[in-house]
Amino acid sequence: MGKVMLEVKDLKTKYVTRLREDVYAVDGVSLKIEEGKSLGVAGESGCGKSTLALSLMGYYFPPLHYISGDIIVDGKNISGMKPDDVRKKVLGTEIAYIPQAAMNALNPTQKIIRFIEDVIHAHEPKMSKKDIYDLAKERFGILGLPAEVLEKHAVELSGGMKQRTVIAISTILSPKVLIADEPSSALDVTSQKMVIKMMRDLMEKGYIKSMIFITHELPLLYNVTDDIMVMYAGQIVELGTAKEMVFDPLHPYTKGLMGSIIVPEEGVRGKKLAAIPGTPPNLKHPPKGCRFAERCKYATPTCMGMEIPNIETADGRVYRCLMSERKIRGVYENE
Amino acid sequence: MSETRAECLRGKGLTKIFGSGNKKTVAVDHVDFDFREGEIISIVGESGSGKTTLSKMLLGLISVTEGEIYYQGKLRDISSGRKKKEYWKGIQPIFQDPFSSYNMFNKIDSVLLDCIKMRGMGKLSYEQKFKMMEEACSFVNLEFKELTNKYPFELSGGQMQRLMIARIFLLRPKILLADEPTSMIDACSRSTILDMLLKLRDEIQMTVIFITHDIGLAYYISDKVYIMEHGKFVESGPAEECILHPTADYTKRLISDVPKIYEEWDLSTV
Amino acid sequence: MKNTIRNIFHSPKFVIGFIIFFGLLLFTFVYPWFVAADPMEMIGQGNFFKPGTYISVKDAVESKNYTLNIEAKSSNVGAHIEEKDKKSMREWLVKYGGVSQEEMDAADDNALVELWFEKYDSKADQKGLTASKKKSYVRLTEKLKKLASDADVILAQENEDGELEATGSFDSQTYVNVGDVGNKRRLVLGTDTFGRDVLTELVAATKTSLRIGLIAGVVATLIGLILGLLSGYIGGVFDDIIIFITNLFTVIPSFVLLILITYSVGQSARGVGTIAAVIGLTSWTWTCRSVRSQVISLRNRDHVNLSKLSGHSMIRIVLTDILPYVASYVVMAFILQISSGILSEAQLSMLGLGPSTTNVATLGQMMNWSTLYAAHLNGSWWAYFPVVLVIALISFSLNLMNTGLDQVFNPQLRD
Repeated sequence: MGKVMLEVKDLKTKYVTRLREDVYAVDGVSLKIEEGKSLGVAGESGCGKSTLALSLMGYYFPPLHYISGDIIVDGKNISGMKPDDVRKKVLGTEIAYIPQAAMNALNPTQKIIRFIEDVIHAHEPKMSKKDIYDLAKERFGILGLPAEVLEKHAVELSGGMKQRTVIAISTILSPKVLIADEPSSALDVTSQKMVIKMMRDLMEKGYIKSMIFITHELPLLYNVTDDIMVMYAGQIVELGTAKEMVFDPLHPYTKGLMGSIIVPEEGVRGKKLAAIPGTPPNLKHPPKGCRFAERCKYATPTCMGMEIPNIETADGRVYRCLMSERKIRGVYENE
Repeated sequence: MSETRAECLRGKGLTKIFGSGNKKTVAVDHVDFDFREGEIISIVGESGSGKTTLSKMLLGLISVTEGEIYYQGKLRDISSGRKKKEYWKGIQPIFQDPFSSYNMFNKIDSVLLDCIKMRGMGKLSYEQKFKMMEEACSFVNLEFKELTNKYPFELSGGQMQRLMIARIFLLRPKILLADEPTSMIDACSRSTILDMLLKLRDEIQMTVIFITHDIGLAYYISDKVYIMEHGKFVESGPAEECILHPTADYTKRLISDVPKIYEEWDLSTV
Repeated sequence: MKNTIRNIFHSPKFVIGFIIFFGLLLFTFVYPWFVAADPMEMIGQGNFFKPGTYISVKDAVESKNYTLNIEAKSSNVGAHIEEKDKKSMREWLVKYGGVSQEEMDAADDNALVELWFEKYDSKADQKGLTASKKKSYVRLTEKLKKLASDADVILAQENEDGELEATGSFDSQTYVNVGDVGNKRRLVLGTDTFGRDVLTELVAATKTSLRIGLIAGVVATLIGLILGLLSGYIGGVFDDIIIFITNLFTVIPSFVLLILITYSVGQSARGVGTIAAVIGLTSWTWTCRSVRSQVISLRNRDHVNLSKLSGHSMIRIVLTDILPYVASYVVMAFILQISSGILSEAQLSMLGLGPSTTNVATLGQMMNWSTLYAAHLNGSWWAYFPVVLVIALISFSLNLMNTGLDQVFNPQLRD
């Protein structure tokens, strides 16, 4: 068992709307990532996966508010820190964050190398420009980016190239955790593949110690991450290895999600696709019992009435359902 | 088998050029196609390949620079307002973004009532109309009673897109042109939408033109696939053949670039 | 819709603007219920009467008299001298009257008057004073003497023989109760140069100006909206023509155009409505431009395409699929047009090109009159300051409402 890079204990955060209503977007999430491992987060839009990414950084600004819980990065608890301290001490060195539209964040009037200087100077003010250039050139070379990119402006690069450059810049300080929120969704398939390859390289070469990858594209998650976590209505509903999650889901919601995977491979055509009826609950007033009960075809009155705990199976999988593992498998087989 | 089906929409040398002189861009470059009735046809291409321009030409929203479109065997004529209206009775779209496809000031009932009126059944009694709307909603697994007096933006993206299909169900056009109908909604809503498109074809024998960038979806749903690159069709044919045994380099690349789950996804070919 | 309104009233800026504006509007409607007088009636003969309560002297004489043991002179003379007179009296006394500075500082108003009568001598050697200044001291002394005089006032009546016969007298201890006086008029803001009650006139003028602003706003918004919608939606040659006209109107300074049009309309035809219409006709360009650009971006939205494919007519598409989307913007533009209409009227009237009729006052005309008759030079602040305040309040509140709405409709601008 490797060293634990990121540990989150019962994290709760909320949004406060303009009309002063609370939206509990992340409601009691606990997870653990070991060194060299990556975790994928999947779920429908509005399930809180992007909010989780923002919350994990410890960098809170309105309308997002911290309620309770711990975020421990490599043994250091960052959950109670002031936003300014987080920016100075955590972002870049401990945690790096890449949002979906990261490629649009580059100031078009500056050369790429300037951003790298900025990032490094924020943490190591004394490093010379020459050293920074050499470091950047080396890193870019290893990641398969041409060194000329350093002397270019953002507008001269294509979308996929920009996104890869941003990822290279934000990981230049070799952070312990990389949080990537849909880093490739806005790109075409070829650029997407390049981004994915680069993120794998980063992991394999040890430039990032661990990674959280958020996307709604399940085939992508399956190919990129070791573990997959499925979120629903602000909570974890199931957590397991990628293979188990895709081919042997336990929770009915995961089953529905995985049943909707479509890939251009033999045997997919004509397969019956799973569909989940209904819509996710309103997080202003989350339901008392199982949050998925309303859309679940196996739901019983008990599901609606009581809070469902996370159940850990013998082989280390976690799911949030009242049915036992054996019962679930039985139910699925009978269909 | 497809050759025995009646001809539905055929294009010959269809071209669209934007601008002129130095700024000239050829969006669609002499494409030929032959869509038969009751087929699901996918047009696959990356962004910028000209598939949306092609769809707008098929809909008659923008003019054709060169080439001809034959509708049901006859040359398409949309020279006057009335002829356009007549043509539009035969072809209707579903757009990519459900959130911008609705006039957010109109209630859902009025969206559906409008469709009934457009089919020339405006004189029916309210009970009959109500029945039709109920039928259309149940076709897409929505409860009409829950939708009355609601605005489209109160629904989720998937529900909105399903309501679009209900609209198509009421209008009964010959051709449905679905322009990336699933790219902005969740994976599980996506499968519902795909199911409904299949149902439209199977139950009403509608011709469905499915435009997408996701080759997996095209493989799943369509009978015939057209792969588009830079305004040209580089490969076309039955889905099985085209996608499982591609011949064009572009198709091969597209397929190798999408993540797989049953086979190993080869990342080294980047 | 309900939510939008709720959001609007959650914006503090909008609420403050709304309260100020509707407070003013309400006042213009409520005030005439209590003061029914004609606002243009000339009740005073003479320029710029000070704010205050005016009572009829005849009624005062005829009212019941009371004798109070308060010396009217001693208690009140000091209070009736103006501050600047007091200052120059003190200066004179210290300089030429031989009074020490400390004694001067200690003296109150009445002591000052007593000192003045004791020490002042018009023939004294007043080195360093101009002749006119010397004369002003003489006049001041006369005025003071009149105020300080405690001689009885005798009432006389002509008898049958045509001789005057004393019928009674008032001394400095004779008082009347204000409540007994029949005729009195409270002029809160005094009168203007024509002797009209400024407050009543101001209320009427505010109402007229708001009406001008409203008409001008409606005219400008309607023209701008219709042209913007059509040129944006139809496009092509029609769009080119409209844009050409709009550019023409934008390039020529609209105020110059306004002056030329109002001038050529002629004195007799320049009523309130004409001025308002002229203002509206010269200020629609910005509404037109921005509506057009919004329509162009809406024109290619999917719901418009869908409406087209449903076979709807152009008019129906414009009215139901495009207009509601630009409505919030148009409301904001309308609010700004009202405000700029009111300001334009004020500018025109200041130049003497406002509505010509003498039956109605507008805010601009009140300003014009008070400048023409030099109210600002003779210290009659009540004739122009309240007018300026009202103009400022109106445009402040309207702009505040506009900003508030902007923040609600464009969430990016929210703080």
